[in-house]
Amino acid sequence: MNFTLKIWRQANAKTKGHFEKYQVHDISPDTSFLEMLDILNDQLIRDGSDPVAVNKSCHTEGPVAFDSDCREGICGMCSLYINGRAHGPEDDITTCQLYMRKFKDGETITVEPFRSAGFPIIKDLVVDRGAFDKILQAGGFTDINVGSAPDANSILVSKVKADKSMDASACVGCGACVATCKNGSAMLFVAARVSALADLPQGKTEGVKRAKSMVAKMDELGFGACTNTQACQMECPKGITVANIARLNKEFLSSKFKD
Amino acid sequence: MEDKLISKVPEGPLAEKWTKYKEEIRVVSPANKRKMEIIVIGTGLGGASAAASLGELGYNVKIFCISDSPRRAHSIAAQGGINAAKNYQNDNDSVYRLFYDTIKGGDYRSREANVYRLAEVSNLIIDQCVAQGVPFAREYGGTLSNRSFGGAQVSRTFYARGQTGQQLLLGAYASLNRQIAKGTVKSYVRHEMLDLVLINGEAKGIITRNLVTGEIERFGAHAVILASGGYSNVYFLSTNAMNSNGSAAWKCYKKGAYFANPCFAQIHPTCIPVHGTQQSKRTLMSESLRNDGRIWVPKKMEDVLKLKKEQIKPSQIAEEDRDYYLERRYPAFGNLVPRDVASRAAKERCDAGYGVNKTGLAVFLDFKTAIARLGKPIIEDRYGNLFQMYEEITTTNPYEEPMMIFPAIHYTMGGIWVDYDLQTTIPGLYAIGEANFSDHGGNRLGASALMQGLADGYFILPYTIGDYLSHKFTDPFTDINAPEFVEAEKNVKNRIHKLFAIKGKETVDYYHKKLGDIMWEKVGMARDEKGLKEGISQIAELKDEFWKNVYVSGKNEEFNQELEKAWRLADYFEIGDLMARDALNRKESCGGHFRTEMKTEEGETKRDDENFMFVSAWEYSEKVPIFHKEPLTFEFAKVETRNYKD
Repeated sequence: MNFTLKIWRQANAKTKGHFEKYQVHDISPDTSFLEMLDILNDQLIRDGSDPVAVNKSCHTEGPVAFDSDCREGICGMCSLYINGRAHGPEDDITTCQLYMRKFKDGETITVEPFRSAGFPIIKDLVVDRGAFDKILQAGGFTDINVGSAPDANSILVSKVKADKSMDASACVGCGACVATCKNGSAMLFVAARVSALADLPQGKTEGVKRAKSMVAKMDELGFGACTNTQACQMECPKGITVANIARLNKEFLSSKFKD
Repeated sequence: MEDKLISKVPEGPLAEKWTKYKEEIRVVSPANKRKMEIIVIGTGLGGASAAASLGELGYNVKIFCISDSPRRAHSIAAQGGINAAKNYQNDNDSVYRLFYDTIKGGDYRSREANVYRLAEVSNLIIDQCVAQGVPFAREYGGTLSNRSFGGAQVSRTFYARGQTGQQLLLGAYASLNRQIAKGTVKSYVRHEMLDLVLINGEAKGIITRNLVTGEIERFGAHAVILASGGYSNVYFLSTNAMNSNGSAAWKCYKKGAYFANPCFAQIHPTCIPVHGTQQSKRTLMSESLRNDGRIWVPKKMEDVLKLKKEQIKPSQIAEEDRDYYLERRYPAFGNLVPRDVASRAAKERCDAGYGVNKTGLAVFLDFKTAIARLGKPIIEDRYGNLFQMYEEITTTNPYEEPMMIFPAIHYTMGGIWVDYDLQTTIPGLYAIGEANFSDHGGNRLGASALMQGLADGYFILPYTIGDYLSHKFTDPFTDINAPEFVEAEKNVKNRIHKLFAIKGKETVDYYHKKLGDIMWEKVGMARDEKGLKEGISQIAELKDEFWKNVYVSGKNEEFNQELEKAWRLADYFEIGDLMARDALNRKESCGGHFRTEMKTEEGETKRDDENFMFVSAWEYSEKVPIFHKEPLTFEFAKVETRNYKD
């Protein structure tokens, strides 16, 4: 298969970015999207190692920077806005799980970084999602020291609640929800962590303040407010639903009342 | 025994060693802990749990990771579960049984005392994780569920769907975040450790590269903990994440830490087969699938040929024409034999011509029987996300047609040599998790890597490092302007400069793929003397060519992924060389290390306990590495031939 790629290039956070067009040829339909970018980069590096080719064209030098790690949909490292959608045209997957067979031969594919005020660009398609760590540091844990835990089966949790907690814990922290939200809100991300813990007996005592402090941190870091567009749940690769946001709001209000 | 290889295993009965040892080692007072700094390299289960625990104790911790967040570490990709000897299923499990299974699974090439301690603390890990809110699978009554894993006849594996590593890591990461919020731990993301700094022979700090700006920085401490994982990516195609690498461990080796059992690499039987030359990695399908999946190839060659031509579907092959070869060869364990055994059995069938896909390098993993017995909803509940993942990649629906699988490199049992304290041969340098060699011998059992990472980080290292630091609290903060730091930084900068200066014609990945081919062919699932010798010389030639003809684009002072890859690949040539040397030296078959010269008539591994019951420990020298050995003694476990047949 052959493709035209329209890719966002930006040297660093301080410079202006722009789109560049590239061609890739003879791509097998079984190639993953990121492997296709590997092939493009191989091509670009080879061009770069040839001074004639570099002088010939005025395009941005060197390979396209993009994040990826596990390449099996669990680490949350890959991102990319592909043809206007976070993680590309398919539902319920991350970019690394997207295969070229999902595109039409000869198609032009537009690739952009996850854009949001909370995620400054590092280079090309790589953004800084360090704000997510900071939000979780504001309360996304149970207050327990190593060595003081009781026997595991002394804490009973119904299967229904454990499953619900697992559903919310499936969040990989990729940031698709933020990139998709017109307000750049991180509500779905915060909600996933808050509701993962909300129904469990563990961490109940200190949990009173969890929602409030995590939301406050989110606001402080420049993420927008939630206006219930529900776009986030459409793009979440792990199927985290906005029901979690309702749960977050409930926790948030109850911690307000307890003030 | 060599001077440096003192295992420090305490005297006394096996079950009392750790308790007694803990009572005897020294501790550091809270006031003095505040005066000390510890560096942790890596944020997987080992690193995150160690940093969190040390932070809770009151030390000043700095933790480094190469990703954009500690949560990305490759522990996150572990699917199946974590072992513990809780005996919640009343199936007669015990600490001793978990110890015994692990020692036997490792083919008697690990230290008894370390493995027993691992089994002993396993139960505490489950308690800790539940208290953190890890959403383990549960029964309707609210108690924890278990499943079975390879190499065990009891159900002792705790799990969170097919995402156990993710949930355990998020637990450790949450504990880490709690300490970061309290100010006891400082987190440095997108920072790569490029060298270890020794002062008077003790580990005192590291040199890092800020992966965003390229800035080379120095960090000092009273002790350094290496938790940087394994080196499977030396094979290029492995189940490891793209950024997992062996360089941090290798730098420690080159500074004097001995490297143990480098040839012990685990080949995981259930991975999606290779599909083409542009593939970037292998995808693992969890071992838990072998609880309900049955592995087979056709009995008749005519069916194999029809499958290759896509004239029939696998589901059309009659029951009596299927060869469930694991059940046939190993009736007692069946599909749940250890990973090395299952991988070799798949290779045996494929070598005999019965491989089922176009390349002939695949076998079936079939859920037909389980779906008939339990119904689709139960199978979906157990493995839904794995089935979905499989279908995304292959376009085959595993509820209808069997999965196709083939072995791939997955884990390295070898690693930096450590004593009972998890201290390396460099004082003040500790190695934990996959980065060390300690607990899995020649083969790791499924669901034991998570157990080991967390055991080391939560319950072992925080105690043992106290003994070392109790002698160090009068030392001031390490001076990062000391000549040793200046020298190390200079060396790092020179090497980076050297890589850019080559300006050759080929890409970094080109050489990495070539190295991977050599490793898989010569130092892979089956090894022999001739092949290993050829491998060593081919690696040397390739390394030479790399240093003459690689092209590293861009510059140091920017976000530069090509430089990162080139730096790591330069070390992989050396790691690959040491693996091949160790494999050549170990003239026996054991665990994942299969020397074709050493097999039984039935094709099983043939150990040589008389000559090879030792841990090999290699010391760096500029010419050829120097071989040392730590003899292994078994006082408590009866050493016998591994038998999974009856």
